[in-house]
Amino acid sequence: MIRVENLHKSFGDEEILKGITTTFEKGKTNLIIGQSGSGKTVFLKCLLGLFDAEKGEIYYGEKAINDMDDDEKKELREHMGMVFQGGALFDSMTVEENVMFPLRMFTKKKKDEMLHRVNEVLDRVNLVNANKKYPSEISGGMQKRVAIARAIVNYPRFLFCDEPNSGLDPKTAILIDNLIQEITREYDITTVVNTHDMNSVMEIGEKIIFLQKGTLAWQGDNSQIFKTDNKDVTDFVYSSDLFKKIRDIQNLED
Amino acid sequence: MKYLADIGSYFIMLKQVFSRPTKGSVLRELILKEIDELVIDSLGIVIFISFFVGGVVAIQTALNISNPLIPDYLVGFATRQSIILEFAPTFMSIIMAGKMGSFITSSIGSMRVTEQIDALEVMGINPLNYLVFPKIIALLLYPFVIAISMFLGILGGWVAGVYGGFSTSDAFIRGLQEDFISFHIVYAFIKTFAFAFILATVPSWQGFFMKGGALEVGKASTNSFVWTSVLIILTNYIITSLLLS
Repeated sequence: MIRVENLHKSFGDEEILKGITTTFEKGKTNLIIGQSGSGKTVFLKCLLGLFDAEKGEIYYGEKAINDMDDDEKKELREHMGMVFQGGALFDSMTVEENVMFPLRMFTKKKKDEMLHRVNEVLDRVNLVNANKKYPSEISGGMQKRVAIARAIVNYPRFLFCDEPNSGLDPKTAILIDNLIQEITREYDITTVVNTHDMNSVMEIGEKIIFLQKGTLAWQGDNSQIFKTDNKDVTDFVYSSDLFKKIRDIQNLED
Repeated sequence: MKYLADIGSYFIMLKQVFSRPTKGSVLRELILKEIDELVIDSLGIVIFISFFVGGVVAIQTALNISNPLIPDYLVGFATRQSIILEFAPTFMSIIMAGKMGSFITSSIGSMRVTEQIDALEVMGINPLNYLVFPKIIALLLYPFVIAISMFLGILGGWVAGVYGGFSTSDAFIRGLQEDFISFHIVYAFIKTFAFAFILATVPSWQGFFMKGGALEVGKASTNSFVWTSVLIILTNYIITSLLLS
């Protein structure tokens, strides 16, 4: 579990995060949603420790990240998996080498053991016959699968995904969303997904927090989000014509 | 003020390069890869430029000293002094600032743009140690490149001088041996080590701290060449003043 208490982050005079308090639960896919510029990416980067917060605490388990010494932070990061928006695969490495990278860095496994684990996770993300290909030789959807495989290869306790289905066609996007949810349950990990895709919200939003101008404006799950009275949330949810039409149909049926 | 901040960020980077080391077995592979990309891949251009510039130095010297009072071995002497003292260590390093430096900046800059550096950080890896330290170690072999440049520059001078009819082989070789001060070789290699450090770290710094997209990677490569060249020239002046004045 990740617990966030009163998190503040500014860049110069501009306050991006204005006191966010929430929890991300283990075994669930936790979604951070909000419009562009609402502070989602900054929040995610604070969770990852890429940005230092000015005020507030982030607890991984029982310990606040600010109270951890360098060794504890290093150990924590070894247990984090991250799927970046663009995949962030290492260009100079093949798919197999990319996925093997965390094992080479943090374990003392022999090469055949590492290869066995790499093939296991590549199978898990339904990626076959791509081991020796370079990231530039595979499609965007496949790159996301490799990124997920790399993120889970070392059995992380926390999985973070930044816009995991951006740039993908709707069908592949749903496959990636489902994969993330299945892996979260299978590995019993805390997963935090940063997205503004309403399809993801509907598919995998077991816990959703909605950010609006750096504040937490609403939190709940995907069954509650369509029933909320919060105007900011409804404006965001029904900003798409498709969802407006679905709402109109539902209203007619009722 | 911005320049002070830039200089500060360079020294902060250097501190981080030598902290939180990468796992030994991975580091060994990285160093070998950097030796291949930075040192071995540079040999072709170094060999080509050194040989022909050496030849041009010999021809220019011969053509500009057609005076019977000047000894005929001066062609070899001038070629040796020019190549060993300045051309091989300093000007070859400026050429390498363009070849090697822009490669380092663009490769690290591309990693920054595509979040690969963020990925390293999230994994708990010190990206500066992972990316820059192997380059510094690989460029400890840079003096060998410069030694090859010195040899080929002088060889080029000999070939152009002798086969171009500007000098005899005996006179050229006598010129190479005349007034030879072995400390000049030491001086040349001392500054080569300093330039190697600049070549490894300044382009890395430019690439690592760049912000923006693909266009900025190009700008960072240009800045990298400018900063590296300026620092090489300044360092050359300082070392020459300290060691030869």
